[in-house]
Amino acid sequence: MGKTATKKKNLADKVRKSKAATQIKNNPFEVKINRKKFDILGRKTKHDVGLPGVSRTKAIKKRKETLLKEFRQKHKSNKFIDRRFGEYDAKIAPEDKILQRFALERQRTHDKKDLYNLNEDEELTHYGQSLSEMEKLNDLVESDSDSEEKGLLSAELTESHFGGGGGLLRKKGSGEKEEGDQKPKSRQELIEELILKTKQEKRERQTLKEESQVLTEKLDQDWKTIQGLLAHKTPKGERKDEGEKPKSDDYDVMVRELGFEMKAQPSEKLKSAEEIAREEKERLQKLEADRLRRMQGDMVDPSKKKQVHFSADDLHDGFILDKEDRKMLTYQDGKWNLDEADEKVNEEEEEEEEEEEEEKEKEELVEEDDEEGDDDDDDDDDHHSDLDSDQCSEEDEEREDEEDKGVEETDHKALSMLSEEEKKAQQEAAKVELPYTFKAPEGTSELREMLREHLPENQCLIVERMIKCNHPSLGVGNKKKLQNLFAFLLEYVGELAVSSPPQLSTINKLIPQLYGLCQLFPGAACKTMQTLLSDSMHTMEETIEVKGWAAFPGLDMLIYLKISGLLFPTSDFKHPATTPGFLYISQALTKCRVSSLEDVTAGLVLCSLAVEFVSLSQRFFPEVINFLLGVLHLAVPDQKSLGYSVVPPFRLAGKCSELLVVPDAEACKSWNRKPLPLSATKSLKLSTELERNHHRLSLLYTCLDLVKRCTTLYKDLTSFSHIFKAIRVLLSKHLPVKSYACHFQDLHREILEAIPESPVPHPPLVFDKKKPIPLKLLTPKIVEILDYGKKRGNTKEQREKERLQHKYKREFKGALREIRKDSRFLAQEKLSDILRRDADRKRKVKELYGSLSTQEGEWKALKMKKKKR
Amino acid sequence: MAPSRDANVSAGNKTNYKRDISAKVELVIGSRKHANDIFDVLAYLQSDEEKRVVCAAHACCRLFAALLERGDLFVGQLPGEERLLEGSHNPDDKYRMFVRHRYNSCIELLLENMGHSVYQVKETCLCVLMKLAAAEAKHPLQDQSWSEHYNFPRELVQRVVQRLLSDSEDMAMLISRFQEFLEMDDVRFYVINSVRDYVARLVDKHKGSVMPVFQNNVFALLSNINMPSQQSEMSSFMVKPEAKHDDWKAAKLKEHKRVFDRMWLMFLKSKLPGNMYKKVLVIFHESILPYMSEPTLMIDFLTAAYDVGGAISLLALNGLFVLIHKHNLEYPDFYKKLYSLMEPSVFHAKYRARFFHLANLFLSSTHLPAYLVAAFAKRLSRLALTAPPAVLLMLLPFICNLICRHPSCRVLIHRPTTAGDPCDDPYIMEEEDPAQCHALDSSLWELKTLQKHYYPDVAKAAMAINQPLSSTEVDVSELLELSPFELMERELKETPSDTVPLEFDSATHLLRSAREVLGAHFSLD
Repeated sequence: MGKTATKKKNLADKVRKSKAATQIKNNPFEVKINRKKFDILGRKTKHDVGLPGVSRTKAIKKRKETLLKEFRQKHKSNKFIDRRFGEYDAKIAPEDKILQRFALERQRTHDKKDLYNLNEDEELTHYGQSLSEMEKLNDLVESDSDSEEKGLLSAELTESHFGGGGGLLRKKGSGEKEEGDQKPKSRQELIEELILKTKQEKRERQTLKEESQVLTEKLDQDWKTIQGLLAHKTPKGERKDEGEKPKSDDYDVMVRELGFEMKAQPSEKLKSAEEIAREEKERLQKLEADRLRRMQGDMVDPSKKKQVHFSADDLHDGFILDKEDRKMLTYQDGKWNLDEADEKVNEEEEEEEEEEEEEKEKEELVEEDDEEGDDDDDDDDDHHSDLDSDQCSEEDEEREDEEDKGVEETDHKALSMLSEEEKKAQQEAAKVELPYTFKAPEGTSELREMLREHLPENQCLIVERMIKCNHPSLGVGNKKKLQNLFAFLLEYVGELAVSSPPQLSTINKLIPQLYGLCQLFPGAACKTMQTLLSDSMHTMEETIEVKGWAAFPGLDMLIYLKISGLLFPTSDFKHPATTPGFLYISQALTKCRVSSLEDVTAGLVLCSLAVEFVSLSQRFFPEVINFLLGVLHLAVPDQKSLGYSVVPPFRLAGKCSELLVVPDAEACKSWNRKPLPLSATKSLKLSTELERNHHRLSLLYTCLDLVKRCTTLYKDLTSFSHIFKAIRVLLSKHLPVKSYACHFQDLHREILEAIPESPVPHPPLVFDKKKPIPLKLLTPKIVEILDYGKKRGNTKEQREKERLQHKYKREFKGALREIRKDSRFLAQEKLSDILRRDADRKRKVKELYGSLSTQEGEWKALKMKKKKR
Repeated sequence: MAPSRDANVSAGNKTNYKRDISAKVELVIGSRKHANDIFDVLAYLQSDEEKRVVCAAHACCRLFAALLERGDLFVGQLPGEERLLEGSHNPDDKYRMFVRHRYNSCIELLLENMGHSVYQVKETCLCVLMKLAAAEAKHPLQDQSWSEHYNFPRELVQRVVQRLLSDSEDMAMLISRFQEFLEMDDVRFYVINSVRDYVARLVDKHKGSVMPVFQNNVFALLSNINMPSQQSEMSSFMVKPEAKHDDWKAAKLKEHKRVFDRMWLMFLKSKLPGNMYKKVLVIFHESILPYMSEPTLMIDFLTAAYDVGGAISLLALNGLFVLIHKHNLEYPDFYKKLYSLMEPSVFHAKYRARFFHLANLFLSSTHLPAYLVAAFAKRLSRLALTAPPAVLLMLLPFICNLICRHPSCRVLIHRPTTAGDPCDDPYIMEEEDPAQCHALDSSLWELKTLQKHYYPDVAKAAMAINQPLSSTEVDVSELLELSPFELMERELKETPSDTVPLEFDSATHLLRSAREVLGAHFSLD
């Protein structure tokens, strides 16, 4: 509506502003004055005066142009369309029209095969004259007007012409004063002088140019004389081409380079060591704060927090690898260059492989680099147009080079390390065999096959290379492969742990790889860990259902738990991987029967894992306390009249209730503290009673140490003394500490000091203070009305709807009116048509009658004449 | 003669024994001339091969059922085998006596075979015996006139029962097979009777010593007895009762209940091993108490069991509850006893769910004194310090429900009057009397501790005491059976958010992390 309104307004304005309009406006018969009810100050009135006659004629005219035409065309199927370019377009200047037509004409005649035809056989013209002809005249004398005062804008000139310029004017003024002292000049004189001077200069220049012209002509003539002497003559045109072409190409290249070049970005300044350290510190602080927040169990809006994972190779420079997958859109010779980049990558991969083969044959690396450099040069020469693709592929190359170097470096490191150790022969051989690329395994068995024969260090290396070769940025399916690799690796770790003897050092070597993979794919890693835990839990549950108790989890599960603690934060309030781990530990500590020293060892491993997991969050783990109490109870020799009770799986008295009692005082004396092997959870090879006793003491020591750690962890809990009451009773009254070594006695004393004898007083519990609910406010709501005359009081949507409805109504009315007018107009036209036709007919009839009557008259006259005669 | 021929046959044609047996059976049934062939069939019963025994047993069943129907068996007091020859009987009687003797020896053999090592043989023998018993019931071998038991084959059933209640062999499987026959009301009645007699005899003989196998068998049989709850349900009989036998005891529910009472009393009188106690108590409230004519007879047993302590007490609770609830048992210091049952081991017992279900029932009364409820709440929360998470998830709402039910106990979690001043816990854990333990003066600091529990759901449940409790109770019945595995599954089922938080301290070694505890005590090799 607005659009049409403005159009109408424009038309009306035109009418109003035209010469006739003033006459019309002044004509009182044409003007209709709209009566106003009120005079409002400050309101602009647009429609107080109307020109009904004018607008009606305009409307009729418009209808005649559009509606009438359509009406006349009605029921006529054929139509003449003029397709000449711009025939009815008045906006295009006739010259342009001609030019465009010419261009179109040329385009039509231009064939595909002529695509590379660079105007060889056709003549270029300008205003009908051959351009080649005109080229000969290119050294015409330039016209004066061209060269006149070109770029000549001295201070004097401007000053004299315009009399402006602050500083200059003053300076000049001072100079003038000196002169003026001698001979005062009027402005008129000055100007004349200036004109004279410039004219003179101009003349001089002209003569100079003429001279040079004469000289060049002379030179040309001389050349023509010599030209004949030259044996080989080249046609002028070609020579020119030769001279020009490389130049223009260079330019083109330059332009394109500039156009396509990635915008040079200001490089960040190199960070000093302090800055790096500070940034690292800040990052860690941020992560730590995040961890604390999760520990509190605050639920975060996941949409807000976007996890940014850092790969192990990340330089923390904001460079994201994932985007590398994307192909660059390039054009080559006007065609979409689709598969160029891919081919490149493939080529390079091939190159890489070749490289590796050659390396295997111990060739020099430098050569290889040189070759690569050559290749690059060739590339540059060949493809100028797809510079960007080249660039990106170069980047790829560089990165891969880096990776290669990384591999090589580690390789070298390993080599040097080994050489230091001087274990040469067979290890060297093994090293030589180690390939540089590995495909990702399809299953655990395959992985096992790949890794089994190698040394732990090499296994680590193999996995590292596997990850590098299958980095997700290098291929589409790699992500899946590496996710699987994590699961396979974990399974392999489990196998290593249950093999006898357990190869824990190998597992140790694989930890960084696991960590790296986990950082890459947290979701998949978490899922894998969950499956492992739930499977083991399921089997445990089944045995419990059958037997009522279960065996302690194997070393593999202990290792898995430990790894889960290394990969995932254990301090979180709730975590998809570690919370099931906690449940698993809890289940094992409550349901597994303790019947041997191995069981005690496994239980203590679980306890230490649990203590480790909660050491940051200081969460309460009742099962650990129960288990430690039970273990201590196993060391109590006289199990009567106890002041405490133990919790299942331990029993106050029974078959295995004196498992840790050390009867031999000698063993207590000779015991030395040393860490227990993890393999002791599975099978103990203790031949002598002394060794057994030593193992018992080690277990007891571990247990006491864990108790001590727990006391420090939980000392802030409100029921601290109740939690440790039983342990305190046991330690103070029943455990034969006196017979143990002094380490024990120290530890024992520390624990007893940590646990207060009488409970610490606490304030009684009260509910959290709540914010009082505010009273209902009964003051009226005041809305200030700023814009009178507008509809208000509704919501935005309602207002919008009302507005639209109003608009629709007005449009509808307008359209109705227009239609009515149209039909009226058409009726009028039809009527006038009929009238015209009738009039025509009448006229023709009249004519006929007329002619007939004249004929008749003539005939009668003739008759009369004859009669008369 | 027969065995040798039998041996020849078996040696010569192994697959043909079936045909042989059936042929012989046909011959015997066909005419009296071939009566001696019964020996051959009986010989098969003693065979080593179980298939033959099974086959022979079936054959015997068919044979003697047919003979019984024909009335070929001697009825009444049977003279001895030796006297048969010298006695002056007419040949017809002689034949019938002979067949009766064979019948008796067949039954002997079948009973013997019930102790066979192969289950299939046992089962077949049992079934055959019961079928013969049914046949005998139709065509009684005793004179009916002087039998108060109508024409029920009492002796045969009694002997089967005695065989089932072996004191040297576990017959649980067979007994469960036997259950099918116990569906018949008269069989059940006589079985109960014979069990009682037999148990009484054996207990007398062994004088208080424990017979685990025997008792197991007895228990298996007893627990398989499904008593009818209404007279109208008693409709299936082995022997169809006739109108004139209105006073037949086996057809009366009251009599059933009476013998049921006496049987159980007899059984429980003997000295039982601990696990048998538990087994009995587990089914006590469901399948024993409701069918007794005088449940109050069990009071002594239950109170004794309740005093034993531990799991047995927990289980006895259920029966006691029924007695208290339905039979007006006045149990002094019931709550005191219940209070003393609250021990750490309760959370690990197998019957935890049942116990807490009952405890919830006992404590659901709003008429209990506040000190008592407070004592329970305090004790439970103290015990919660040692409980595993699955229990805690049930226990915390349980405690909250207690407080919610008894608003006067709200001081346990909200004591604003002396807020601020720290005080010792006045609660005395060791005190056995809930009235003396000063629980009402205490606060549930333990729940405060559990707010720091490692399992998030437990911590959340414990957080409930920070706010005023809602007026509606939480339904704990669903939480009673919660197992750690279910918790785990629940944990895993939760759809993980798209981001998994990761440890940011990069791991380089298995036993070297920021807060290493494991590595402090354990080494890799």
